Amino acid sequence: MRFLIPAALLVVLLVFLGIGLTRDPREVPSPLVGKPAPAFDLALLGEPQRYTQDDLKGRPVLVNFWASWCAGCRVEHPLLVKLAGEGVEIIGMDYKDTDEAARQWLQRHGNPYRRVVLDAQGTAGLDWGVYGVPETFVLDANGTIVYKQIGPMTEQAWTEKIRPLLQGQKS
Amino acid sequence: MIPEIGHFLLIVALGVAVLQFLVPSWGVWKGDARAMAVGQSAAQVQFALVFLSYLCLTWAFVQKDFSVTYVAANSHSELPLMYRISAVWGAHEGSLLLWMLMLAGWTGAVSVFNRRLPADITATTLAVLGAISIGFLSFMLLTSNPFDRHFPVPADGKDLNPLLQDPGLIIHPPMLYMGYVGFSVAFAFAIAALVSGRLDGAWARWTRPWTTTAWLFLTMGITLGSWWAYHELGWGGWWFWDPVENASFMPWLVGTALIHSLAVTEKRGLLKSWTVLLAIIAFSLSLLGTFLVRSGVLVSVHAFATDPARGVYILGFLAVVLGSAFSLYAWRAPRLKSDGDLAFFSREGLLLLNNVFLVVAAAAVFLGTLYPLFVDALGMGKISVGPPYFNAVFIPLTAPLAVLLGLGMAVGWKRAKLKEVVRQLRWPAALAVLLAIVLPFLWVDGIGFAVFGGVLLGCWVLLTSVHDLWGRVRAKRSLLNGLSSVPRSVWGMTMAHIGLGVWVLGVAFVSLYSVERDVRLAAGESAELHGYQYFLRGVDPVRGPNYDADRGTVEVTRDGASITILHPEKRLYRAQQSVMTEAAVDESPIRDLYVALGEPFDNGDWSLRMYYKPAMQLVWWGGFIMFFGGILAASDRRYRLTKLAQAPVGADGKVGA
Repeated sequence: MRFLIPAALLVVLLVFLGIGLTRDPREVPSPLVGKPAPAFDLALLGEPQRYTQDDLKGRPVLVNFWASWCAGCRVEHPLLVKLAGEGVEIIGMDYKDTDEAARQWLQRHGNPYRRVVLDAQGTAGLDWGVYGVPETFVLDANGTIVYKQIGPMTEQAWTEKIRPLLQGQKS
Repeated sequence: MIPEIGHFLLIVALGVAVLQFLVPSWGVWKGDARAMAVGQSAAQVQFALVFLSYLCLTWAFVQKDFSVTYVAANSHSELPLMYRISAVWGAHEGSLLLWMLMLAGWTGAVSVFNRRLPADITATTLAVLGAISIGFLSFMLLTSNPFDRHFPVPADGKDLNPLLQDPGLIIHPPMLYMGYVGFSVAFAFAIAALVSGRLDGAWARWTRPWTTTAWLFLTMGITLGSWWAYHELGWGGWWFWDPVENASFMPWLVGTALIHSLAVTEKRGLLKSWTVLLAIIAFSLSLLGTFLVRSGVLVSVHAFATDPARGVYILGFLAVVLGSAFSLYAWRAPRLKSDGDLAFFSREGLLLLNNVFLVVAAAAVFLGTLYPLFVDALGMGKISVGPPYFNAVFIPLTAPLAVLLGLGMAVGWKRAKLKEVVRQLRWPAALAVLLAIVLPFLWVDGIGFAVFGGVLLGCWVLLTSVHDLWGRVRAKRSLLNGLSSVPRSVWGMTMAHIGLGVWVLGVAFVSLYSVERDVRLAAGESAELHGYQYFLRGVDPVRGPNYDADRGTVEVTRDGASITILHPEKRLYRAQQSVMTEAAVDESPIRDLYVALGEPFDNGDWSLRMYYKPAMQLVWWGGFIMFFGGILAASDRRYRLTKLAQAPVGADGKVGA
């Protein structure tokens, strides 16, 4: 009987992998899309005041969850710096990170963020349904989430999906 | 024309693979010697076909044939020749062709070197390898043909991913694939043992050199990958517990367990069904790694561009190959009887314990890698598992391994006396404790519980390995006589263990005593880190073949004496407009001085990141020494002697381990 255990485990694994295939972590839209941004009230990096979901309203913004320990964040970083240079407003959510590490990281790689919100405990990340950093949410002027990019931001996602969304907002 | 020939050759190779699977299988079933022999010629013809096909793709790259979709996506007119050749395996389709080439190579090697095996074992082994080959060839032809053309032909290619334009990455994937694919041979031998019902010391002796060879390539592949990440990612880390890294590490852990359990099976005729199971699992994990990397079920920095159709195909392939293997195991493994009892305090007992730790460690890595997937599939939300989990779980599981390793070499087969072992090992143990106190002061100028523990384990492994070798040499008349009497497999084992000890020392020092500093410097300014002065002479624009770079010149001095001049670069690859950091490292066994360029400031100042990393090189050296040990062990002459290969199981504890 015990010789059947490996085969049984394999079946379980294959089932999970099969389900995993139907849920491409990059493609499946977040259940939050179309809903208002979840509430949070957190400190900012290098600024005394606090920041809440209300501060995200009034203009379209990108909310980028990142961390200094995250590999994918470094991959997408040059693109974010470029977008920030083009005038796109990006709010950084520094996820499960320390102030010092975040400050050093930004100094080293450049800072594309208008504001950096410190989500040291990852509580906002939990409410926003963050699966793993990096993730980027696109918010319209009403503070409603209109798109979610899982994994590093890519040139393709920006030109084909996010920029059209943002342009639709402005017009 | 050439790409079409390459495509055609692959189709023919698929036909040959079908023959290689069906004809020998039929031969084994009917006991027909001529049908069984077809496997060997089919394997060799298939290797020739795949090799030529591989050359066709290389030719398309060398000739810059941008009408081939894969070439256009991964090459550029300005890409240097060296990288055009290595770009063949720079993305999914071509790397699959490399995988296939390796598989055909391993299969061809089995057909050449195993002529003296019983005909039915060879035939079954080659048939299994043929079946795997069918899977991969049809996968490539149906979903990922590297020879596809597209029109209109683009004026220029999109260039090879700049991350991959590094000498380390030229040899890293081939080494890694050699390892992954190499486990297919152990897998095929395991299936042959199950089918024939014959699993004895001779079987273990045939399987061991193949397994060790696969393992040594995997070791080298992982080491090179880590070395590459360290130099190319520009942030001083060398292991990130990324899903793709884990995908290569899991088969390594299980492969290491397999090497040790094969030793027990060969010497004592024990743990038979366990050994077979490990051989199946090691290859399963290699296939699973392929699935994880190419299907997009997990998010990783290294992952290939993904396509769900490919995921479905590999999953189906996994289900068929592993499903039949595990079913066969469930059916036949109960018949594999051990030739004796296993005493706990004996070499085989400790090796079993070593296996338990290695497999549990692999399971922990497996769980951490796939946990996000499991949780998501169960609808319990999305979570990510990071380095904290892996470090917390992995270190406690591997520390006992180092302790066991030292004990295991001193303990004899069958049954041993604890008192005798303690008497033998008291000096190495005392010396290890002494070194664990002294070394940190000499090396990193400090001590703590963690570094003491790490150095103690590293030195324990090193000293017990040397002690074991010394014990073998001392028994002989003279030193020279003694050294030459030690079999190569023992040298190999000792080297591999020394490699592990060196690696543990390196990890202990570098992870606990690295110093880093970020500074803002103008040309002509300097900064200090850990006693070294870094003087930024300037940052100049440099034009490379397919990139433009800012190249810093940093002079490092210590107490006024010049140490080295470093040139960190920040490159902008023109075709993809992506920025890459090339760190500059001054390496020595004692310490690495690592400088990476950060961002420029508006007034021309630069941010610089500097690291002082003690003993970083020992981590690579550890990997290289293990690799070298593997070569020695796999080339031991007793694997090449026809007579010995057919001799009955010996229970001699002296030869090998």
